[in-house]
Amino acid sequence: MNRTLTHEQVLALAEYVEGAELNVHDIPKITNDYPAMTFADAYDIQWEIRSRKEARGNKTVGLKMGLTSWAKMAQMGVETPIYGFLSDYFSVPDGGVVDCAKLIHPKIEAEISVVTKAPLQGPGCHIGDVIAAIDYVIPTVEVIDSRYENFKFDLISVVADNASSTRYITGGRMANLADVDLRTLGVVMEKNGEVVEVGAGAAVLGHPLSSVAMLANLLAERGEHIPAGTFIMTGGITAAVAVEPGDNVTVRYQGLGSVSARFV
Amino acid sequence: MNIELINQLGDELYHAMLAREPVAPLTSRFDLTIDDAYAISLRMLERRLAAGERIIGKKIGLTSKAVQTMLGVNQPDFGYLTDAMVFSSGATMPISERLIQPKAEGEIAFILKKDLMGPGVTNADVLAATECVIPCFEVVDSRIQDWKIRIQDTVADNASCGLFILGDNAVSPRQVDLVTCGMVVEKNGQQISTGAGAAALGSPVNCVAWLANTLGRFGIGLKAGEVILSGSLVPLEPVKAGDFMRVEIGGIGSASVRFT
Repeated sequence: MNRTLTHEQVLALAEYVEGAELNVHDIPKITNDYPAMTFADAYDIQWEIRSRKEARGNKTVGLKMGLTSWAKMAQMGVETPIYGFLSDYFSVPDGGVVDCAKLIHPKIEAEISVVTKAPLQGPGCHIGDVIAAIDYVIPTVEVIDSRYENFKFDLISVVADNASSTRYITGGRMANLADVDLRTLGVVMEKNGEVVEVGAGAAVLGHPLSSVAMLANLLAERGEHIPAGTFIMTGGITAAVAVEPGDNVTVRYQGLGSVSARFV
Repeated sequence: MNIELINQLGDELYHAMLAREPVAPLTSRFDLTIDDAYAISLRMLERRLAAGERIIGKKIGLTSKAVQTMLGVNQPDFGYLTDAMVFSSGATMPISERLIQPKAEGEIAFILKKDLMGPGVTNADVLAATECVIPCFEVVDSRIQDWKIRIQDTVADNASCGLFILGDNAVSPRQVDLVTCGMVVEKNGQQISTGAGAAALGSPVNCVAWLANTLGRFGIGLKAGEVILSGSLVPLEPVKAGDFMRVEIGGIGSASVRFT
């Protein structure tokens, strides 16, 4: 793994980027000052942010995939998506309230999430392994919030920023994998009663479970794996939609009910 | 617009379709209302019926907000389907013989088992009158040069209807949620778009109810046995000879078409 940052630089950048989240202010993308930074450097920063949260008593409750649409990857000139982690305070109950005062410029995406019942270990993890390891499927709305100015960033900066993770809302209806077709599963996103985005599961790397296999393989590059019982958000099916105080959001999922939240 | 001019323009579009020679936008040459445009489309239809074609259903167009915004309208439009337009899933569609500048749209087709006569048709009436829904590709085409259409141009041109393909499976509307059912479209094996039922006016059922109520004002009903194409759920995709398109709809089935 190719690295360019010293341990001290990683610690300082983790504090800087996480500070932007905790203090709710935007920052210029960090590659402006560190143009030679690599993906390994960026993940070092992300894992350091994870350690900082855990050291403060915040439990890590799941993982997420980002940049999972072929179109977006082609646009960014990469061949793999990216991942981030979810901290306990990111979770918002269905029908709950998201406080925009704690966020910079939030956007929402409709996603399909899974919970595993067996560990997944890369490299070489494939969709067959994933299918065998899925406990259940659950619909999720992700709230993303880049800490970078105007949501403008490159891939390496966004990895260091925990893939723009900030909040998520899970629905109350679970399904067995055998009872849903995740490829054609449709989603309808409504904001203030108006349909703003539609899509189907295939928008995520052709199949949302391909995303889980890629996650296992990305983690393996750092000697990590996906433990049994992990909650994983597989990636946005729809384009990200900006939200502001006063917005009311509902996403309907084919066969999986709906998920809603209010932004104040 | 007088009847002579309406007939002349209907004939012009009919010949443009047969000769595969698009014409200049009607709106660039004449001042016409949407009612004039429907009258022109009926003349074009009369010519097709006189040539032996039979009406088998209707299509609803301009159902997406994006397309409505593009054309500066806030309502859909409609056209007629004839037996000369329908193909079965897996068939080959001859662009070189039948089409000018085709684009494919993934849709849900309704097959009716009861007549629907507006006004006053509700979504519940539509569901009760629907025998089944089928995955569908509508291949739209314009007899207007370079698709340079305003609303009156496309209405006059039978809502830009070209040909359509019905899919390999039919299900009762009792068995699928038509609002959330997801659509995946592939072109030459590559996934190009996804969508869901709500992309068409919030629900394909809304579209069929709109059509029944709109036609009802003219004393025209939707008939048992008719095919109703309810509007695209994904962006239009230009196609050419050699392309292969496939659409799959969650809980309904799939349809495919090869172009030559």
